[in-house]
Amino acid sequence: MQLVLEKRAERSNTIALISPLIAIGLTIVTMVILFAILGKNPLLALHAYFIAPLTDSYSLQEIAVKATPLVMIAIGLSLCYLANAWNIGAEGQFLIGAVAGSWIAVKTQGTDAGVWVLPVMLVLAAAAGALYALIPAICKVKFGASEILTSLMLVYVADLFLDYLVRGPWRDPHGFNFPTTAEFDPVATVPLLIEGGRLHLGSIIALLVVAAAVILLGRTIKGFEIRVVGAAPRAARFGGFNSNQLIILTFAVSGALAGLAGIIEVAGPVGHLQPGISPGYGFTAIIVAFLGRLNPLGILIAGLFLALTFIGGEQAQIAMKIPLDVTKVFQGILLFYVLACDSLILYRFKLVFPNRQVPRGAG
Amino acid sequence: MELVEAIILAVLAASTPLLIAATGELVTERSGVLNLGVEGMMIVGAACGFAGAWLTGSIFIGALFGIVAGTLMSLVFALMALGLAVNQVATGLALTILGVGLSGLIGAGFVGERITPALHLDIPGLTNIPLVGRVFFGEDAFVYFSLALVIGVWWFLYRTRSGLILRACGDNHVSAHALGYPVLRIRTLAVMFGGACAGLAGAYLPLAYTPFFIPGMTAGRGWIALALVVFSSWRPGRLVVGAYLFGAVTILQLHAQGWGVGIPSQLMSALPYLATVIVLVLLSRARTGGSTAPAALGTVFVPDR
Repeated sequence: MQLVLEKRAERSNTIALISPLIAIGLTIVTMVILFAILGKNPLLALHAYFIAPLTDSYSLQEIAVKATPLVMIAIGLSLCYLANAWNIGAEGQFLIGAVAGSWIAVKTQGTDAGVWVLPVMLVLAAAAGALYALIPAICKVKFGASEILTSLMLVYVADLFLDYLVRGPWRDPHGFNFPTTAEFDPVATVPLLIEGGRLHLGSIIALLVVAAAVILLGRTIKGFEIRVVGAAPRAARFGGFNSNQLIILTFAVSGALAGLAGIIEVAGPVGHLQPGISPGYGFTAIIVAFLGRLNPLGILIAGLFLALTFIGGEQAQIAMKIPLDVTKVFQGILLFYVLACDSLILYRFKLVFPNRQVPRGAG
Repeated sequence: MELVEAIILAVLAASTPLLIAATGELVTERSGVLNLGVEGMMIVGAACGFAGAWLTGSIFIGALFGIVAGTLMSLVFALMALGLAVNQVATGLALTILGVGLSGLIGAGFVGERITPALHLDIPGLTNIPLVGRVFFGEDAFVYFSLALVIGVWWFLYRTRSGLILRACGDNHVSAHALGYPVLRIRTLAVMFGGACAGLAGAYLPLAYTPFFIPGMTAGRGWIALALVVFSSWRPGRLVVGAYLFGAVTILQLHAQGWGVGIPSQLMSALPYLATVIVLVLLSRARTGGSTAPAALGTVFVPDR
């Protein structure tokens, strides 16, 4: 008796809908086991992770703040992945966007520059992120170099570049030698939505990005091309779609969104440029993209869910001394289950009984 | 002269984890499977390897811990990518994300601890020869093992029947299946070999390179190992050249920082990563005539029955 995979005649829509939920369920079961191994009360830990952050306004706002970069980056990545272009360097594009936008903020610091500062920062960050993402895209299209490896390598380069800037030319002279720029001026800061709260304009921008992606993928020829090139490359070639052009386009868009997310994070919740502005948003966004089934609305929900795990992880650390790395393990396991459940959309399990040897002379 | 000797020794030490991890991945990819989780398997290997050595006081047992940890991680990958026919790129990424978290969790209790690093060979007379003595007769066991590993893999791939079958799976899984070879089983073994090597390569870092564990200590070496496999055109011999070249870049930038040349240290630290990008571009460009990659690399295979 053997368990084997068998291709379904057509994709199962039921499983497509419930697979993320099954994945989350399986992840929670795994987490309960992990908490027990760590010697923590699993129920209390789950409460700290998933319920406690939902019970006060501060944490709820904080979830939206954390979800903002995740959703923006993941929307861009989903376009890449739909078109079969593997951008895994969003973390680097996020950092470069943050650096490019901060350049304006640092240069106008203390001057009487007007309200144009923030819009220019946002545009510049998006442009820089797009250009940075175009490096692996062009290397792929022109020279055939693996975009997976080049985009990932550029993450380390971006990280070191930011480090150089805040330790060198851009360091705050009054910052007690800490590697950080001075606090941005009010005109270079993303405005808050609620006075004294945490929620800022970036969350609105993220929602607009989701809406734009819904329209792009559902209502335009370009969106159709992106989906066809990824799902059926041969058909796309016959249809005359240019897959190289789409690699360039999707990389540029995802780089721009990651760069925009970077400057919004720096000019919003953080308020200045410093190393470690991202707890791995660019990589967590990969999970968000897959958990959201590469669908804009799915990504919005998935982004909020993963933001919850960030906030819940912090609360669990404070309340129960659960290490922060548990959140990373949680996110990794979640991605595994999501991918495994997705496999059941196209395949099903089947029990196979090896044919018994028919004895000679029988029958 | 002593400086030259010191640099050569440092280059060998920096290259060894790259060489071991890349050799394992080369076998995996030759069977047609692209496992992007090398970084994740390495970092878990580093944490478990250090834990093993710290608990038992034995470098050898530490290395075994690393190998077992890497193999277990690769089995998760095999279950997903081969058993459930999940996209290999996505699974590999998941493995790395999981590995980084797991290693932090496992290694948390060991941060700040120190162990006695792996001993270096010492043959009276030979090891004392100026310039070449320590380079050839004064390394730790990992360095010699890595070279033996490459030779062994070369012999296996090109001089044995099993190696031929493994390469056949990587070039055309449908034909290999039609001939009656168990493609998925062969690939699982190849993935496990890659995991074992990655785990050992990770364990090398806290056991021999630096005698302590810090989170994230692999610092992208797993990804560079993946690039090295491309660099080598999937041939073990060229892997040695590539690994030592990259080791040299890493060490030279460290020394250049020490000499205080007026270049920012961050730019020097970025050199190995920039070099990887440039090398990938140059190589891929030179190869416009046709790819040397295994033809079935990274494609899903679900056997017909």
